[in-house]
Amino acid sequence: MARYIFFRLLQAIPVLLGTTLLIYFMVFAMPGDPILALFGDKTPTPAQLEALREQYHLNEPFIMQYLRFLGGIFVGDLGTTYSGQPVISVLQSTFPVTLRLALIALILETVFGIGLGLLSGLRKGGASDNIILAFSLLLISLPIFVIAFVLQYLLTFQTSIFRPTVGEGAPWGDLILPGIVLATASVAQIIRLTRTSVIETMGQDFVRTAYGKGLSRGRVIPVHILRNSLIPVVTYIGTDLGVMMVGATVTEGIFNVPGVGRTLFQAIKQSEGPTVVSFVTVMVLLYLILNLLIDLLYAVLDPRIRYVK
Amino acid sequence: MSNNEYTPGPGHYVAPLEETPLAAVDAVNVDEKPSNLWRDAWQDLRGRISFWISSVLILLIVIVAIFPQLFSSVDPTKCDLQFSNQGPSEGHILGYTKLGCDVYSRIIHGTGTSVSVGLIVTVLVFGLGVIFGAIAGFYGGWVDSVLSRVGDIFFSIPYILAAIVVMSQFKAEDRNVWVISLAIGLFAWPSTARVLRAEIIRVKQADYITSAKSIGLSNFKILMRHVLPNSIAPVIVITTLSLAGAIVAEATLSYLGVGLPSTIMSWGNDIGAAQDNLRNSPMTLIYPSIALSITVLAFIMLGEAVRDALDPKARARR
Repeated sequence: MARYIFFRLLQAIPVLLGTTLLIYFMVFAMPGDPILALFGDKTPTPAQLEALREQYHLNEPFIMQYLRFLGGIFVGDLGTTYSGQPVISVLQSTFPVTLRLALIALILETVFGIGLGLLSGLRKGGASDNIILAFSLLLISLPIFVIAFVLQYLLTFQTSIFRPTVGEGAPWGDLILPGIVLATASVAQIIRLTRTSVIETMGQDFVRTAYGKGLSRGRVIPVHILRNSLIPVVTYIGTDLGVMMVGATVTEGIFNVPGVGRTLFQAIKQSEGPTVVSFVTVMVLLYLILNLLIDLLYAVLDPRIRYVK
Repeated sequence: MSNNEYTPGPGHYVAPLEETPLAAVDAVNVDEKPSNLWRDAWQDLRGRISFWISSVLILLIVIVAIFPQLFSSVDPTKCDLQFSNQGPSEGHILGYTKLGCDVYSRIIHGTGTSVSVGLIVTVLVFGLGVIFGAIAGFYGGWVDSVLSRVGDIFFSIPYILAAIVVMSQFKAEDRNVWVISLAIGLFAWPSTARVLRAEIIRVKQADYITSAKSIGLSNFKILMRHVLPNSIAPVIVITTLSLAGAIVAEATLSYLGVGLPSTIMSWGNDIGAAQDNLRNSPMTLIYPSIALSITVLAFIMLGEAVRDALDPKARARR
């Protein structure tokens, strides 16, 4: 196990370096001057420009800028937003909110995804299976902002079941609706994965044996079928985090949830290029770290993984 | 004791030998076409309702995209503020946007944008994915290691986030269908490459590849004639599905404000522009959303029908 963790960590290093380098290179190679963009319609004097370039180290060669950024990450310095706040302190205040939102979404999507997927798989070809499949196809086809607007309109403006935007301090109750929206982005995939996996497991010999030795459905379904069907679902949740990050940006923007996503959403709306880059970088790093953790967790759950190489 | 011939004991039954007439062995119908993955898939597809529904929808969408004038005679850029957010009226069946433009006409003229972004991204993703995947899978060794690590890096950045970074570096007037397609496609190819690489590594071990080698075919010819045609099926599936993903990505970026400028007709832009008036005139937002969702639905339905048809295992699951 220790060996696996070591090699997995070793593998993560080039990817971490590569992704950050890639993002930095894209920004560097793109046309446009971020400092000039900062002034909007106003024309700055050359001295002002020079001073700002100096301040943001934009006069240094690309590789130096990159190394400076990379060094910064290790000491917790992720740069400053264009309104002058350090990115790390913005993250400290917004991250807990996003974490709570993600938790709600994660609980909803796993409970409903696995539940409906299991039901649909067990009743393969039946009416409930077809209804669930059609429902999941519909959910996959609806972009997250469409779902967000439709639910916002129906559940807050029309019926006032929920409040349209999140209040001060983002209480749990206000996060339920955005959480539902965020969950819809992946629930359909989890339904389908669970269904496929359940159908495959049901055909296995050990399930027949379990029924054959007289076990009840109430025992075979949760213990023999479900548990053995969950491995692909757990892996999916790892890759799903990327979808969730984009989803959180849109959802937090629409419901005004004071999280990391809304910060990015607003930076995009206000065309604050460098802030956008900082936050995307943070999200990508987070995504990589979380995936690494899931990989390690996965190795704990499934011993076969540890011995592959 | 005189009889030393072998006599079968009780319970040993030996079936009478019945010779298969040689003629029956030779009676292979040479005219019958050999079984083939693509023909089987087509047989399967033909019988699927979802395939026909999605094909008809896509055909319709493509016709609308190419000839928008056939479906709407109203100029989508001719807007009059006095009609701002007004409901349907004669000649304007879906009402007006906040700026007083015709909603229906904007939806019709926005179709082309979504379809072209979808197609350009798909071609890009297919091209990059096949080149990277084929080289990595077929040549293996250090080439594979290098290409796979490069792919890992691109794969590690969720492609909409990457596109946000790329697009935010462009001024609004510099953004167009090509730029946004490039921004999306540049980061969406690794999944295609991974699928193809895995498939090629599997196909490479087949006997017909060994025999192709033994008759002295060059590596490149083996790759083009034998390996690629036999490993392309899963790539076709993932490509069809990525078309839908590209359309969603464009709409999301445009909705966020880092996509196409407002001068280009795009459903994402229309949805973004209508969001502030959701409470008062929800339909201005709902109509382009419906158009977007139906288009995405059609491509996903087609992709899934093709996937199920090409994968015999998926057929069993139905």
